[in-house]
Amino acid sequence: MNATQTFVALWTLVLKEIKRFTRIWPQTLLPPSITMAMYFIIFGNLIGSRIGDMDGFSYMDFIVPGLIMMSVITNSYSNVASSFFSNKFQRSVEELMVSPMPNWVILSGFILGGMARGLGVGLIVTLVSLFFTQLTVEHPLLTILVVVLTSALFSLGGFINALLANKFDDISIVPTFILTPLTYLGGVFYSISMLPNFWQGVSMLNPILYMVNVFRYGFLGVSDIPVGWALAAIFGFIIVLFFVALSMLERGKGIRS
Amino acid sequence: MAEPALSIRGLTKVYGNGFQALKGIDLDVQQGDFFALLGPNGAGKSTTLGVVCSLVQKSEGKVSIFGIDIDKDFAKAKYQLGVVPQEFNFNQFEKVLDIVLAQAGYYGMTRREALPRAEQLLRDLGLWDKRNGNARMLSGGMKRRLMIARALMHRPKLLILDEPTAGVDIELRRSMWEYMRRINQDEGTTIILTTHYLEEAESLCRNIAIINHGEIVRNTSVRELLAELDTETFLLDLAEPVSQPPVIEGFEITQVEPSQLALVIHRGQQLNDVFSVLSEQGMQVVSMRNRANRLEEMFVSMVEAGNNAIDKRAELDKEAQA
Repeated sequence: MNATQTFVALWTLVLKEIKRFTRIWPQTLLPPSITMAMYFIIFGNLIGSRIGDMDGFSYMDFIVPGLIMMSVITNSYSNVASSFFSNKFQRSVEELMVSPMPNWVILSGFILGGMARGLGVGLIVTLVSLFFTQLTVEHPLLTILVVVLTSALFSLGGFINALLANKFDDISIVPTFILTPLTYLGGVFYSISMLPNFWQGVSMLNPILYMVNVFRYGFLGVSDIPVGWALAAIFGFIIVLFFVALSMLERGKGIRS
Repeated sequence: MAEPALSIRGLTKVYGNGFQALKGIDLDVQQGDFFALLGPNGAGKSTTLGVVCSLVQKSEGKVSIFGIDIDKDFAKAKYQLGVVPQEFNFNQFEKVLDIVLAQAGYYGMTRREALPRAEQLLRDLGLWDKRNGNARMLSGGMKRRLMIARALMHRPKLLILDEPTAGVDIELRRSMWEYMRRINQDEGTTIILTTHYLEEAESLCRNIAIINHGEIVRNTSVRELLAELDTETFLLDLAEPVSQPPVIEGFEITQVEPSQLALVIHRGQQLNDVFSVLSEQGMQVVSMRNRANRLEEMFVSMVEAGNNAIDKRAELDKEAQA
């Protein structure tokens, strides 16, 4: 394929993915906005007013970046996991496999589709948060960079999950038993400085803590961890997962007999 | 001589569980041919085609499509190839037009290039009125035609049809045959067909390969294969029921129903001889038809012969071990 054909193929796949999740918007775009509105009302307004300040900011201001990031992570991951697994399940993945599209284009198409949903939901949640607080963004470029990278990283995770999955249950195990606990323990609702030293150390092993903190740093200008180090870690994870996913695709893992 | 549309050499496939689906097959399909690949279930047809389409990873061997080695430039080879699989493999929740346009996009065709082609194919296959409907709302026959339209979007020179008319009613099957003949004859598209309807292979194909237990047991023209046919069975419907089948020297006649006989004719025997004896015995034949498709008889005998050979080999192995 020449460069133009490759671009057309990639764009076709990305558009198809975007069409898919917008066609079923009551399942994909609406629920996270309602759930996050509940978080803002209950944790931000009702309970948050009694908690007081966190790291020098109102509790509402503190949790908004974490909740946006939580939405981006879960939606990026689940979009790619469910879409690619559905393609496997319905065998429509064969449409891609018999085509001359290189594997990196197939992988990138699904990742960009997942990012479109993750970032789209992130934007919706951000707009919803404006009903509850006035957002200030201290470092806009850093904020955008980290949310884009995080979305890419979790889209890659969702892709690998879908390749390995044999049944629909297999694509809900990771989000339920790994992603959700790590997100809740990743400093979305609290600053890790509140924890005893031992648990602070344990928290540092949680990759989501770094993403939430850098994202919060972009909004508020405060972070529990060094920003540069966190960005480097996210970059590193993306590169590793991209090549792991690509290698699995080249070998036909889970899709070729 | 032009490169074959498909050339397979020493193709072997051993699945993870140790099952050897293909045992080093060789096969050539010439450009412009309408070729049938036949075999019983599990014989290795779909595995062979799966390797050609990159859905199955080969263990050993070489596959070339129009002279392009798939191990060297599979992407280029895939441009020549259109695939209509046995099972529906499109997203049932997408619109018909979106499915064919997306497929064109995967081959690098822009929407502007793909739209006229999509319209032409969907009109030819009677799906244009359904273009904005969800694919899951289509009937089984329409879904099969959708897969044909999708496979033809990028104008492949080799079209692989894996049981394209399975579950399709007779009228529709015949209209699909017409369409396939047209793209083979008018557009020069090479077609490889697998089917369980041997009448389909006899009617459409010029050349044929029969695969059994992962090996090609015959590879010849349909005409030559039929010329080898030694026997043919006819069903004779009689005007009146008979209590027992007539005995005519040199002919094998059995009673199927009180007023129906099965007559096996060997090469060189004359039907007239039978009719005259039946007439002398007061039996009137009101109609006559082939019991089975001619190719089917040949196919069944070959497959049975293959199975017997394998059973025999297994017995000999057993004896040798004892």
